[in-house]
Amino acid sequence: MSRPDWEVVIGLEIHAQLNTASKIFSGATTAFGAEANAQASAVDIALPGVLPVLNKGAVERAIRFGLAIDAEVARKSVFARKNYFYPDLPKGYQISQFELPVVVGGQITIRVGEGDAAYDKTVTLTRAHLEEDAGKSLHEDFHGMSGIDLNRAGTPLLEIVSEPDMRSSAEAVAYARALHSLVRWIDICDGNMQEGSFRCDANVSVRRPGAELGTRREIKNLNSFRFLQQAIDYEIQWQIERIEDGGRVEQATVLFDPDSGETRMMRSKEDAHDYRYFPDPDLLPVVISEDWIARTRAALPELPGAMRARFEADWGLSAYDAITLTSSRDAATYFEAAVAAAGDALAKPCANWIMGELAARLNKAEREITDSPVSPAQLAALVARIADGTISNNAGKKVFDALWNEAGAEVDAIIADQGLKQMNDSGALEAIVDEVLAANAKSVEEFRAGKEKALNALVGQVMKASRGKANPTQVNEVLRSKLGG
Amino acid sequence: MIEASLKDLAAALRAGTLSSVELTTLFLDRIDALNPSLNAFITVDRDGALTAARAADARLAAGTAGPLTGIPLAHKDVFCTEGVRTTCASRMLENFVSPYDAHVVSQLKAAGAVMLGKTNMDEYAMGSSNENSHFGAAKNPWDASRVPGGSSGGSAVAVAARLAPMATGTDTGGSVRQPAALTGVTGIKPTYGVVSRYGMIAYASSLDQGGAFGRSAEDCALLLSAMAGFDPRDSTSVERETEDYTRDLGKPLAGLRIGLPKEFFAEGMDDDVRAATEAALDQYRQLGATTVEVSLPNAKLAIPAYYVIAPAEASSNLSRFDGVRYGHRAPEYGDLADMYSKSRAQGFGAEVKRRILVGTYVLSHGYYDAYYLQAQKLRRLIAEDFIAAFKQCDVIAGPTSPTVAWPIGEKSDDPVQMYLQDIYTIAVNLAGLPGLSLPCGTGAGDLPVGLQLIGNYFDEARLLNVAHGFQLATDWHRRMPAVG
Repeated sequence: MSRPDWEVVIGLEIHAQLNTASKIFSGATTAFGAEANAQASAVDIALPGVLPVLNKGAVERAIRFGLAIDAEVARKSVFARKNYFYPDLPKGYQISQFELPVVVGGQITIRVGEGDAAYDKTVTLTRAHLEEDAGKSLHEDFHGMSGIDLNRAGTPLLEIVSEPDMRSSAEAVAYARALHSLVRWIDICDGNMQEGSFRCDANVSVRRPGAELGTRREIKNLNSFRFLQQAIDYEIQWQIERIEDGGRVEQATVLFDPDSGETRMMRSKEDAHDYRYFPDPDLLPVVISEDWIARTRAALPELPGAMRARFEADWGLSAYDAITLTSSRDAATYFEAAVAAAGDALAKPCANWIMGELAARLNKAEREITDSPVSPAQLAALVARIADGTISNNAGKKVFDALWNEAGAEVDAIIADQGLKQMNDSGALEAIVDEVLAANAKSVEEFRAGKEKALNALVGQVMKASRGKANPTQVNEVLRSKLGG
Repeated sequence: MIEASLKDLAAALRAGTLSSVELTTLFLDRIDALNPSLNAFITVDRDGALTAARAADARLAAGTAGPLTGIPLAHKDVFCTEGVRTTCASRMLENFVSPYDAHVVSQLKAAGAVMLGKTNMDEYAMGSSNENSHFGAAKNPWDASRVPGGSSGGSAVAVAARLAPMATGTDTGGSVRQPAALTGVTGIKPTYGVVSRYGMIAYASSLDQGGAFGRSAEDCALLLSAMAGFDPRDSTSVERETEDYTRDLGKPLAGLRIGLPKEFFAEGMDDDVRAATEAALDQYRQLGATTVEVSLPNAKLAIPAYYVIAPAEASSNLSRFDGVRYGHRAPEYGDLADMYSKSRAQGFGAEVKRRILVGTYVLSHGYYDAYYLQAQKLRRLIAEDFIAAFKQCDVIAGPTSPTVAWPIGEKSDDPVQMYLQDIYTIAVNLAGLPGLSLPCGTGAGDLPVGLQLIGNYFDEARLLNVAHGFQLATDWHRRMPAVG
């Protein structure tokens, strides 16, 4: 994808639906999935004479977000009307924030790529503002007419706008994922992308390295990270080809079609609305006191960035491990509980088990870590038994299986019941090694001839003969001493 | 009986010498007889009124009545009333029935007042003559060939012609005070935020304020006391203790300092209005008040500022009338844009369209700073003028309207002439101050002239007493037009 002769510039606008119980300007519930219009109050359907009243819970969540990204929380912000006609916009205007948003600036550090090629990058945010969602137009099942469902109208959104800091679709996705993780971490958004709780718009342009910014096109309403990546990649390709073919990119809003994998024009700049923003006279400016900010700050959990740094510094985790374990607050909580039970020295094996076996099993079973059948304490006990040599890593997997399948099982009881204890009796091991050496003269010869791999075959034979109970490290040592001696 | 004050009516109802059903029937019958010629009411709810009157009589019998229980009233048709259509005098809402009551309506219901019906007005409260009504102009009871003023013309006419003892109105640029002046009744617009706007169909949200019409300041005080009060459903409602606006009535006016803005007396007012205004000021001096000249140097900018801000807000407030969920929808249309444009073209009258267009223009990209922001700056300057003036005086007085009621049709083709009728009232809305108009004399054709009193923020009780003191000494408010 990457073309060194072109530079890609991407900025994202992300709409995070705030998880308040009621709407931003009315008392109607925000719960998802009710019968059409069952959750639309007089205010939501914009009856004559009704007025909006701000839900302080939405402001509280915006403050939390501002503090989490180290932004300026505006002591005074203003709701403005964004005027346009559409059937699912009952008032004929959307209440949003324009000149004075509630959150200004801020930044978030993201990890891009994997393995050795991975790097950290800090993305700067422009602003985040509060606004209400519109309803939905339904174009099916109405015999050529359109239906309007206003259940979603008035749902609180935080629109989070980044600077055009991203230089690839991978960076854009890493940024979106980091925000997705953060909004759940600080419990302001459920992050459910299928239900539209977290939606991305991507502004994409290309330029020759060092040149002025190119003309951007905005891809609207991307509701999965995969679509975000595909849409941006397609758009980059399209823009580069267009320019290389001698054409020009015109400012436009486009939609991504997941079926074709292509973006298509929704409206050109000429069709752009003049929204005629002006301060909403029905609402007072939002004034946020120092005290409110201080209380909100005190109630914030430790943030993923700080936690990641702590995991690396205190427990020697790699950046990759620390980021993976802080990708969600639940994962981090689980990890910390496991380390608390197993001891600091076993943090790394705890991390390996959580990111390895546990993650794989949860993924396969489509379960969240909070529903894990294996508790942090059980996992810690398992890790401890491997570390103290009681069982081998392989036997550990059998123990894990048992823990997964049987609620409340105990690690030591499983080891005893299944006879998984490693053979730590050196006399018995030496006898097995002698037998194996005698029966595998060829491998012995190859090893002595300098073929290091032959040792692995011998280890395997010993393990097999011990029915897996031998300690592989010990087997190695005994074999080497006998072959060397 | 139709001449009795609210206080006397309440006393008679409580004494049992009069029932609410009798009183209500009396006014309903007057409406039946006179409304065809005066056109003060758009909707009369006889059944609802009699049902409410019977409930009021039960309360009176049970001894749980308040000062307004059983007394009939009329609501301007801008207030939403559950079960009774609310038209805003527009074809757009000709058949709209609200599923809820406006805050003002529910307050007065709870007080036991009996709603007779909904009064005529300029469409969406846009106008100064009541001629912009889809249901035809209300007529001035002093001369049915003349306008009653607007936009709350129907409520003013209802009280002036004794079709109702009291009525509600709204005042965005003078829409309570100016029709009160032109029909010879008393009308008060309180400080912005005193009366909840919930359920009051918005014209210009930052200026709209509910108000009261009565035949005297005392009646207005009683009605306003029942209308006012904090309402959490209106974010601009001011959180204050509920007030008894009759509390200052009867306090002597000796020592009262009345400010006279030199700009209001310089030019523009008709001679008959000037003469009546000066006479009223003399009356105040006789009552022991002193007058002092004050200056409102930016008041002349009130009309241009108003005709930017009000249409801007209106253009957005009226967007919800799109034919999608309620209100008029064109019977035939092509696509969505065509449905919007036909429905709104058919549903709105000329003045409403004019203000939507002006408002859309001043908010447009590239014009916003020059118009809307500039107007907001003027608005602050105008408010600062008043604040400075109130350092020298307790109330400000001047004419309510530069002329007496004019013939229907005289100004309806000239919007600017019409807009200039509100020259003395508009600045008060821009500053958010309370204002009151009381009948203070007559001009040409024996038509009523109103005196405007402007108070400092939340100084309604004093304002009402200043008017009350005048009415204790004079009879202008007792004059009744020769109708029926």
